[in-house]
Amino acid sequence: MELTRRRFLQLSGTLFAGKTVGGIGFDLGPMAAHARQLDSKSSRETKTICPFCSVGCGAIVHSRLDGDRRTIKIEGDPDHVINRGSLCSKGAALYQFVENENRLTQPMYRAPYSTEWKPVSWDWALDKIAHRIKQTRDAGFTYRNDRGNTVNRAANMASMGSAAMNNEECWLYQALLRALGLVYIEHQARL
Amino acid sequence: MTNHWIDVKNSDCILIMGANPAENHPISLRYVMRAKDKGAKLICVDPRFTRTAAVADIYVPLRSGTDIAFLGGMIRYIIENNRCQKSYVSHYTNAPFIVNDQFGFEDGLFAGFDPIEERYDTAKWKFETDAAGLPKRDPTLKHPRCVYQLLKNHFARYDLKTVSRITGTAEEELLAVYEAFAETGAAAKAGTVLYAMGWTQHTTGVQNIRAMSIIQLLLGNMGLAGGGINALRGHNNVQGSTDHGLLFDSWPGYLSIPRESDQSLAVYNRNNTPASSEPRSTNWWRHFPRYSVSFLKAMFGEAATKANDFGYQWLPKCDDDRSYSWWKLFYAMWHGDIKGFFAWGMNPAASCGNVRIIRECLTRLDWMVHVNVFDTETSEFWRGPGMMPEKIKTEVFKLPACTTIEKEGSTTNSGRWMQWRYAGPQPLGESQSDGQILMALGRKLKRLYAQGGTFPAPILNLKWDYTTGGEFDPHKVAKAINGTFVEDVTLDGTEYKKGTLVPDFLHLQDNGSTSSGNWLYCNSYTEAGNQAARQGQRDGPNKIGGYPEFAWAWPLDRRIIYNRAAVDPAGQPWDDRRWVVRFDGEIRDGRFVGGKWEGDIIDGGGMPLKHPDGSANENGRYPFIMLPNGVGQIFTPGLKDGPLPEHYEPFESPILENPLSSQLRPPLLRYAPKVDLPAKADPSFPIICTTYRLAEHWHTVTRMMPWNLEMQPRVFVELSHELAAAKAIETGERIIVQSSRGKLECTAVVTHRFRPFKIAGQTLHQVGIPFHFGWLWPAAGTEESVNVLVATATDPVAEIPEYKSFMVNLFKLSKG
Repeated sequence: MELTRRRFLQLSGTLFAGKTVGGIGFDLGPMAAHARQLDSKSSRETKTICPFCSVGCGAIVHSRLDGDRRTIKIEGDPDHVINRGSLCSKGAALYQFVENENRLTQPMYRAPYSTEWKPVSWDWALDKIAHRIKQTRDAGFTYRNDRGNTVNRAANMASMGSAAMNNEECWLYQALLRALGLVYIEHQARL
Repeated sequence: MTNHWIDVKNSDCILIMGANPAENHPISLRYVMRAKDKGAKLICVDPRFTRTAAVADIYVPLRSGTDIAFLGGMIRYIIENNRCQKSYVSHYTNAPFIVNDQFGFEDGLFAGFDPIEERYDTAKWKFETDAAGLPKRDPTLKHPRCVYQLLKNHFARYDLKTVSRITGTAEEELLAVYEAFAETGAAAKAGTVLYAMGWTQHTTGVQNIRAMSIIQLLLGNMGLAGGGINALRGHNNVQGSTDHGLLFDSWPGYLSIPRESDQSLAVYNRNNTPASSEPRSTNWWRHFPRYSVSFLKAMFGEAATKANDFGYQWLPKCDDDRSYSWWKLFYAMWHGDIKGFFAWGMNPAASCGNVRIIRECLTRLDWMVHVNVFDTETSEFWRGPGMMPEKIKTEVFKLPACTTIEKEGSTTNSGRWMQWRYAGPQPLGESQSDGQILMALGRKLKRLYAQGGTFPAPILNLKWDYTTGGEFDPHKVAKAINGTFVEDVTLDGTEYKKGTLVPDFLHLQDNGSTSSGNWLYCNSYTEAGNQAARQGQRDGPNKIGGYPEFAWAWPLDRRIIYNRAAVDPAGQPWDDRRWVVRFDGEIRDGRFVGGKWEGDIIDGGGMPLKHPDGSANENGRYPFIMLPNGVGQIFTPGLKDGPLPEHYEPFESPILENPLSSQLRPPLLRYAPKVDLPAKADPSFPIICTTYRLAEHWHTVTRMMPWNLEMQPRVFVELSHELAAAKAIETGERIIVQSSRGKLECTAVVTHRFRPFKIAGQTLHQVGIPFHFGWLWPAAGTEESVNVLVATATDPVAEIPEYKSFMVNLFKLSKG
């Protein structure tokens, strides 16, 4: 049977009315349950821009207002003047980028010569990092270079990153790195 | 991009070379196809028959790394066949300028080459100037030392036969491309080029793009709707991260990094503020001190005062003439000079060339901070292939970042459009936004240095108040980037109150009365609101798809840069049907006495170069406002690897003879001799290899997403039927690809998309490998990054590694 869009809507309309429909050959029950979450009482819509390539397509994120407050689905934004609702094979899979069991959810620490990670608190990790930065910077800070010119830099630390950050974060990041005296500052733009 | 994604629909001829948007920027292809539907020609030049090639009118292959030969042939064709847009070339480019008599070019080398230091003395390439300091011109373009004649002579060697012998492209195929694209030299025609890493990732990367820029100037395509030079950038915000100075050589807004010679703010400003004797040149960089001082005010707030040079000495200085780019960085790490490393939203242990060396470098650190959404080959380097964790001293901190879906802030696409994102779900688990992490780390450092430490002033004085209710507030940073008046200021009779947002960069000052984190973004967040968040659906009066009320584009919301070149010298569009800007002048006796520009935001102010009666207008302005002479540079006197492009072989190539000169490789080639063993026409490595991306994956990130991984689960090598037959390799079989640097096991995919090249009687094969993979993901651990094969050799100017061309061999896996 050829399933036209019209026929599909008729069938699924019947399903949402609570009847079992065998006409399209698969169970629409889970889809209906999923769709019910999208009503405006139980979900919210926010606009985002796809984090992958540089076309800058608009997407709409639907997330639950209660329970785990996680993402229900992500779709192309029809009002975005570039993509007009379309997304590619990467953008269309955005849901799996956000809701992914492999995501990092806790700060971790690997001690020198250790064979494993140890979960740590944010406060512990940032404290320790700040101390490392200070130790390294204070031990290797260069006021003057070999020719005696003032350079005020910490060339014993380096950074790579990141085009994955928002503009405001990029600016903050460069501000902190340069205040620390870093000159080895690089990122994806040169690779 | 000088233009933007939607603008591609306005083109008459689209050259896609060194890019594959059908797979890597899929949504952009709708604008390519829209142009095609209206009759535009689509040309695709690529070693491989890609999905972009599949929809092209003309597809031709070329051997990887021979783009300058290919484009040089086009320059010759345009000149020999008189296809230049003559008025454009003589008014808007430096083609008429006379070059001094010390300039020369002989056997592959420009004048001034120092073979010991392997560098050029660029002083040999200056223009001759008159008493007023202006470059001497020959408007007839006949002077033997004018740029046009030098260009003509330089590329006279690039005839079809020679080019074909280098590129492997058949002569008739070259001609088909040249004829089609050169048609856009008609004044009312526009041709555009879409390129990506296929051009940049070569040891001649900068000169590849220079060659195309010369073509676009000769054909009068810069500034036009449907024209321009358009880099398809790889990351959603790599434009923004570059704009905001996350490279060693620039502060935000492309302000050059201070060097050791810049011993005071005054000297720094003087060394970076170009002078121009040309009264009709806008010479925009003359405003440099306004932008540098406003940046320092944004960094250090009230602590930046005139008395302390606005905190200039608190910021680090680089040695003169020394690079600190990624490979110098790893070189220093290799030698133990770098103790601490931030891998913040980046995975160099998968994505850098010669990646085994990079991984080895990480073992020599004292500590590393890794911030990412996922585990990467970088965070896990210490347990990677060949590593013994119990012998690796590096202390690693792995911090969980949230995704861009879960936070607010802006991103800038390839078309320079800054767009606002809103926070969807809360960050997962304990993950946090980069902004939140940075604010917390900065506060901790400030507390530590408040108790004492080395040179604490920059840390203590860093303005760091970008939170609201303890949370990172992107609006506060966005406003700081735009800039504020830090005292009451009256400019041209208008009073601006302290604390209000600066309307645009024309209002920035060099006396400390304004702050702006990045002058290029000044106008993006004003008293009229957050411009990046705009969603207006109305097109501009010129109806060319610029959507001036949607998002915000730098600079000043200009949608097409160099748009002054879209009009003739009297300010009228080269093409009325898709005009970008036009001068609506008040005319008296054949002369403009007033008037205004309409359409897109005009590049620079002033009037058209000529009056309607054809006489020169002293209030006119040249179109290329960022350059001291105001005109497009066919000849670039300051570019360190040459004022004109020249073909050289890649770092590794199968060719021992360059038909154009006895200079085989780029004279300023940079590589690490101890770790890069170049395979030069080595019979052990006879096959050319390139790397590319797939429609199903994005860099090294989508491997963690089940749908995408299911579609493309493993690293593969794509090879021709001819090569497969010669090696008895079948599709689906796992084989070994080897370069002088390493081995990669991958699945063979035999296709018709690669064809052997016949070059000087020799049959040369090329293969390709996608670069998305690594040992950590897919989780089975059976795959590895193609970058174990790639060299670290870089372009001498941009210092991008040559991922796109290196030499390999293929071996069957021995059974059992």
